[in-house]
Amino acid sequence: MVNNHPILTVILWLILAPFLGGLLVGIERKISARMQARVGPPVAQPFYDVLKLMRKENLVVRKSQNFYIQFFLAFIIFTAVLFFSGENILLVIFSLTLAEIFLVLGAYKASSPYSFLGAERELIQMASYEPAYIISGIGMYMAAKSFYIRDIVSFNRPLALYLPGVLFAFIFIMAMKFRKSPFDLSTSAHAHQELVKGVTTEFSGRTLALIEIAHWYDIVITLGFVYLFFAGNIKIAVAAAISAYLLIILIDNTFARLRWQAALKSCWFTALVFGAANLIVLFYILG
Amino acid sequence: MSYLKKSPWIIHYNGSSCNGCDLEVLACLTPVYDIERLGVLNTGNPKHADIYLVTGTVNTQNKEVVRNIYEQMPCPKVVVAVGICATSGGIFADCYNVSAGVDEVIPVDIYVPGCAARPELIIDGIKDAVILLEEKEKLAAGGVK
Repeated sequence: MVNNHPILTVILWLILAPFLGGLLVGIERKISARMQARVGPPVAQPFYDVLKLMRKENLVVRKSQNFYIQFFLAFIIFTAVLFFSGENILLVIFSLTLAEIFLVLGAYKASSPYSFLGAERELIQMASYEPAYIISGIGMYMAAKSFYIRDIVSFNRPLALYLPGVLFAFIFIMAMKFRKSPFDLSTSAHAHQELVKGVTTEFSGRTLALIEIAHWYDIVITLGFVYLFFAGNIKIAVAAAISAYLLIILIDNTFARLRWQAALKSCWFTALVFGAANLIVLFYILG
Repeated sequence: MSYLKKSPWIIHYNGSSCNGCDLEVLACLTPVYDIERLGVLNTGNPKHADIYLVTGTVNTQNKEVVRNIYEQMPCPKVVVAVGICATSGGIFADCYNVSAGVDEVIPVDIYVPGCAARPELIIDGIKDAVILLEEKEKLAAGGVK
């Protein structure tokens, strides 16, 4: 991830990340279809979808709604730059949060009841997963003695040994980031009615394509966090990120959607009980 | 190359249908026919859709809804009338409150007859709709020959 040519690596990752994310979504759709005894779409289907959306008419309620989505994508890309250049992990988390805020603002701007509901649920989701992110950042600092991702990556032992509770809390909220059951409250990764589509309801054409590309970056960054937990060994780390993704697909296909109260409570419970307990134990062990 | 062909997303609206055609539309999504293998998604959201499937008769109560959904869809878009009630009003055509087909309310491109329309025929209709989507895009781009 970080080597002798940091700028080159970052540019390479910026180009590679959406392709990787799109491919992961394609594989997910194939695996999900197989789990439901269907053939499923081709693996490249997400790319076809986005290229099609680029050619569609862009219906707009208010012009500024698309403006906010451009900021959403810009800040997701900025987050990716920070992440892949090995910058401060807290900065990555805050930048990611800011990007999501632009999505929420865009949804509010569209002023449709479905969009409003989606925006409110997105805020609740952010409140739900934010503690797990922060605790992950703090946990990595306590173990690796640095907030910088380049130091966390070069830490010689897998962080998961120090942070099993934090890792559990992080994997718990991953379904929310991937917009999958049981936590697909604000919008779902799958095709749905307006109420479930939430934040993306009022977006069409090119803007919807931008949201989809931002989602691909988001997937790669989130899996990058799982990678960091096992960063000592590249093979194990990649295997861990892939198995975390497969786990989320399995959960998506076996669970129903939860109410937002249950989502908020369960996410905070895992983050504050398993995550925080892990940090307290780590504090006393490492002295 | 046009990618419209590879990812047609549909929205399905049920007029005052007997649910026969609706179930056949849903049957297209089940493992037996699995229309998603062709990239088709049942979006249920007009702003994300390319193909508009209407089943059942259109009457005085729901014709505004049918028109509203049609107008919310981004271009290029194709309307497919599924089942005999949607194509011509069927046995209800003479009723005082029923339109003799969806085409009295919105322009219909593809007609899929049948009572109920077979899933194979619906898939065939979507296939034709996809070709028409491409043609409509060419027309919109000013490439009329």
